[in-house]
Amino acid sequence: MADGVKPRVKVPKTASAGEKIVIKTLISHKMESGQRKDGDGNLIPRSIINRFTCDFNGENVVDVVLEPAISTNPYLEFEAVVPESGEFKFTWYDDDGSVYEETKEIAVE
Amino acid sequence: MQLTRRDAILMGVGATFMTALPLHVSAAGEDAIAAFTGGADVGQGDIKLTAPEIAENGNTVPIEVSSETATEIMVLALGNPTPAVATFKYGPLSASRTASTRIRLAGTQDVVAIAKLEDGSFVQATSTVKVTIGGCGG
Amino acid sequence: MKRLTATLTIGLVAATLATADPVDDTLVLNGETEIVTRTEAPEAVADVFDEVISGWHFRGDETREMQADDFDNPGMIFVEQAEDVWNTAEGSVGKSCADCHGASEEMAGVRPVYPKWNEEAGEVRTLEMQINDCRETRMGAEKWKYSGGDMINMTALLASVSRGMPVNVAIDGPAQSTWEQGEELYYTRFGQFELSCANCHEDNNGNMIRADHLSQGQINGFPVYRLKNTKLNSAHGRFKGCVRDTRAETFAPGSPEFIALELYVGSRGNGLGVEGPSVRN
Repeated sequence: MADGVKPRVKVPKTASAGEKIVIKTLISHKMESGQRKDGDGNLIPRSIINRFTCDFNGENVVDVVLEPAISTNPYLEFEAVVPESGEFKFTWYDDDGSVYEETKEIAVE
Repeated sequence: MQLTRRDAILMGVGATFMTALPLHVSAAGEDAIAAFTGGADVGQGDIKLTAPEIAENGNTVPIEVSSETATEIMVLALGNPTPAVATFKYGPLSASRTASTRIRLAGTQDVVAIAKLEDGSFVQATSTVKVTIGGCGG
Repeated sequence: MKRLTATLTIGLVAATLATADPVDDTLVLNGETEIVTRTEAPEAVADVFDEVISGWHFRGDETREMQADDFDNPGMIFVEQAEDVWNTAEGSVGKSCADCHGASEEMAGVRPVYPKWNEEAGEVRTLEMQINDCRETRMGAEKWKYSGGDMINMTALLASVSRGMPVNVAIDGPAQSTWEQGEELYYTRFGQFELSCANCHEDNNGNMIRADHLSQGQINGFPVYRLKNTKLNSAHGRFKGCVRDTRAETFAPGSPEFIALELYVGSRGNGLGVEGPSVRN
């Protein structure tokens, strides 16, 4: 697991059924592009988050392929609808095989 | 932002180049587009790309894509060493076919968003982003 | 030839200067807290400026927006990391910051008055020095590197809980001689370019230096998350970069020179709201 990786997610605590809600996510990650060289002129190997998914109660909201052109500390914002109360699951996939997960409950009123 | 005469001349020169040359797509860019579209024609239509006209720093450039009927949207930065940026696939619980993120641009260049629509067709939108080099190690 | 090059360089710099006014906008944090980003010039600069203006006004739309929301501001990641450290016991005494100080929010009001004279130690202390003093004498922990990651994160946490409070560093009494030393440095030309802080930030703020919009060089927004290096940067780190850009041998972060300069530059922004961690290019 890369050092200091910490996911952050912003989801409203409540919503009405079918309402459009904005979700913001950010994960602290270097996103080493594989294009940079170190002080000795050697290429620093690529090490990025290459995929992000958001699901709600097992159904997909968005599935994103990330490339090295995504900035350090990848930020993603998108919109979801929730048919009922339940749990969002956010997953980030690292090049090194690590998987970072975060969940958020939302109540439909 | 206020423009000096010098800036205006430079921009004029830039604009001349832009109109004289067709959109330059590198081999890697073409490959990425072909892999996404399967070689299908790419038209204009239901896809919008929002990016700053001038980015203060190429390392962190906020962009947004949006469409009414896209099922997938691919973003490319044609002037980067590797043009692919991200591909968004929308699932059944997405409320809209939009997404925002922050990207790296190696210099002033065209950013392209290509959307695959529900009817299977492909459309694209392009935005030129000028990347500034600051005076103080910017 | 050398002289010709120098003349050409100066000519180019002059040719690139273009005026762009600071953006007329209001910084409202998280849609709730309005931050003072322009205010009447304090005593230290009353005969130089009518008004002091935060660097926030000199940045582009996207950069300014990024700072206005705690989720969008990438600097807040490091504040969260410091919050964990705040609550973690460390050192031979087995105490955390929170064991003495309570919640980090209890520290509101601390950032705006630093650097500050410490009577017991008989010196002007920056926030970094005070943090390290706590670590050594109260926690029995290792000192942090002056501009290291742990330190800068902690200063970001302490700034964040004071956001919106006016900078209010004392420049009289026992701090006066240090302040005067800082003033002297501010107006001293350094390096092959023979530039002082004042040449850019007093004489030319509002002008463009190449593509960069020169600000007043206020430090109320430090530590700063820079889009350029995508991490937090300390005021001393920025001073170092500025002096380096004049092509001079620079002073070290934590050096007596930069401590004095921080006190002086801080006082030039008395009245501006604390913004750290701010977002800049």
